[in-house]
Amino acid sequence: MSATNGQSTLSIRDLHVSVDDAEILRGVTLEVGAGEVHALMGPNGSGKSTLANALMGHPAYDVSAGQVHFKGHDVLELETDERARLGLFLAFQYPAEIPGVRVASFLRMALNARRESEISVMEFRRLLLDKMQMLRMDPKFASRYLNDGFSGGEKKRNEILQLAVLEPELAILDETDSGLDIDALRIVADGVNRLRGSELGVLVITHYQRLLNYIEPDRVHVMIDGRVVESGGKELAERLEAEGYERFAASAASEET
Amino acid sequence: MAVKDIDQVGLDTYKFGFHDDIQPVYTSPKGLSESVVREISRQKDEPAWMLDFRLEALRQFERKPMPTWGADLSRIDFDDIHYYIRPQDRQARSWDDVPEDIKSTFDKLGIPEAERKFLAGVGAQYDSEVVYHSIRDDLEEQGVIFLDMDSGLREHEDVVREYFGTVIPNGDNKFAALNSAVWSGGSFVYVPEGVRVEIPLQAYFRINAENMGQFERTLIIVEPGAYVHYVEGCTAPVYATDSLHSAVVEIIVKEGGRCRYTTIQNWSTDVFNLVTKRAVAYRDATMEWVDGNLGSKVTMKYPAVYLMEPGAHGEVLSIAFAGEDQHQDAGAKMVHAAPDTSSLITSKSISRKGGRTAYRGYVQVMPEAERCRSNVECDALLIDDRSRSDTYPYMDIEESDVAIQHEATVSKVSDQQLFYLMSRGLTQEQAMAMVVSGFIEPIVKELPMEYAVEMNRLIELQMEGSIG
Ligand SMILES: Nc1ncnc2c1ncn2[C@@H]1O[C@H](COP(=O)(O)OP(=O)(O)OP(=O)(O)O)[C@@H](O)[C@H]1O
Ligand SMILES: [Mg+2]
Repeated sequence: MSATNGQSTLSIRDLHVSVDDAEILRGVTLEVGAGEVHALMGPNGSGKSTLANALMGHPAYDVSAGQVHFKGHDVLELETDERARLGLFLAFQYPAEIPGVRVASFLRMALNARRESEISVMEFRRLLLDKMQMLRMDPKFASRYLNDGFSGGEKKRNEILQLAVLEPELAILDETDSGLDIDALRIVADGVNRLRGSELGVLVITHYQRLLNYIEPDRVHVMIDGRVVESGGKELAERLEAEGYERFAASAASEET
Repeated sequence: MAVKDIDQVGLDTYKFGFHDDIQPVYTSPKGLSESVVREISRQKDEPAWMLDFRLEALRQFERKPMPTWGADLSRIDFDDIHYYIRPQDRQARSWDDVPEDIKSTFDKLGIPEAERKFLAGVGAQYDSEVVYHSIRDDLEEQGVIFLDMDSGLREHEDVVREYFGTVIPNGDNKFAALNSAVWSGGSFVYVPEGVRVEIPLQAYFRINAENMGQFERTLIIVEPGAYVHYVEGCTAPVYATDSLHSAVVEIIVKEGGRCRYTTIQNWSTDVFNLVTKRAVAYRDATMEWVDGNLGSKVTMKYPAVYLMEPGAHGEVLSIAFAGEDQHQDAGAKMVHAAPDTSSLITSKSISRKGGRTAYRGYVQVMPEAERCRSNVECDALLIDDRSRSDTYPYMDIEESDVAIQHEATVSKVSDQQLFYLMSRGLTQEQAMAMVVSGFIEPIVKELPMEYAVEMNRLIELQMEGSIG
């Protein structure tokens, strides 16, 4: 196991994942370098969220073969929380609701889990308000119960708030754009762009070209039926927008036989 | 191996160094009899009517059957209990005898040294007199009485005699009868008309061995338009000598008055905790019970409010937490005896490691108690598959023009919630504790600040090692 794999911070090789004995991912290979933005596109049910969940270590997803390395660590050996503390982050397509737990107290605990020494309450407050302002969120969200009764768009914004506070090294955004209004989309994209550039690598899962107009991807990958069938530059996304997935679906089906 | 508080016990007791079998000096013999009851009353130099009350209660106790429902009480051996230990003799235990898990919980909660000894039954007196004095001066100026029950009886005999045993008669149930026969300690609180006591009265401020007895008796009288919040217990584990705790709490809230009574109970896990709590609320009065049951082997406790006149309102907010070998049978009782009365019961229970919780509630609406409203919500959270929760809602509605609602849920901590929290770096235990504290938050936020903080810390501790 090499400590660093060239420039790549996340390296996925031939990953096979099944749920309830049904194989969903059938050999995914993907590399995301430090500071790069990759887009992952593909039809409904092709396995994009499965990849995201498996990378984060969801217990329902069985990895039957393949390797995942992140910053040189064998990710598959680690628990979900260890992956998070290493700097992996997933902005969920459907964030869980945790009634009774306030956004601020949750985030402070999560931040402390990433830090060597605890952040003071005052310092945390300042940090949180800063980030909320950057995302133009009403400060009263800080004292609301985590995702409990949040609208779809509020949940998505809250995911990005967590991204901004926790400052991971690799963020997977699973359809963060769906459910966001146009203004929110721009704000979220600005937020990501601001965090980008430095170290942050991003894997954006999306159905729409629109988000990619704001967050320009270095690479675009197309997933069909549990495999990455094509990769290219940002023009690939534009082509998909125009042509749809039919072309790939046909080729994937022919591969099957 | 230092022995604490030697001078209070007398060196004689210690000269052999046999810490394990030190016997308190003035302790009633084990078992219950008329002579034990007479001796308790004599030691306290009580008026004759109180002795009569006790003796009548003893007869009731002997006649009453054990409850046949609720938790298994067959392991209580009434002959193997000391019914009275003089408070000054209670400390005769060495710190070395206190179980390790209790010591380490004190550590983790950061309980100050002086309190630890007291809570563990080692120190006799928790030195809070200084704090308490200034509070007491303020109270006295307002005419508020806040005393231990024995002093209350001595100093305010007329008031005590007027109310004592009127809300919970000495033969109400077997354990109330037992308490009535052998009671010792507890609090006596009297709030004069129109007086609002702004700070919560905490039994904790002047805890002493007497107050934390196994058979304490509390009487609170709230005169018209007055308000008081009384807080008893603490989140730190209390290590008891005897395995039976059977308290009685009686509260009278007069017209337009309001009383909130908050209990946090964390007895060590060998204790049977069988408590009778009842309040009567008159016109437009409000009575609120906030009740947290964390420790003990068995708890059976159903705080009650009798809504006697129109406009009276009763509430019970309770949390029960059952771990390994624990059975928390808790609930509430609301009796609507007058029209236009309302009640609210919110119960939250958590079971883990095979623990058992039950909500047992009773809502009664008497004939002609029109336009009553009652709302019951009980939610149970199961941490694992071995644990259990039951709901026993009894309703006895003899009036048709009423609005009664009952809602019960049983849920489990979902994988999705745990995964979400862990994906942000929380360990599985932290994630579990977070979901649990969120679950009880609606009640915890009603607790005084320092209790709320300790409560959450305690939930975290309880969750340690509870996974897998
Ligand atoms: N936990 C699960 N239990 C059962 N089936 C699952 C589970 N997770 C995913 N699947 C199945 O795996 C397949 C891939 O689902 P996945 O959510 O990864 O698709 P997706 O590419 O993210 O789709 P979408 O664009 O609609 O979000 C689907 O057929 C889905 O039903
Ligand atoms: Mg998806």
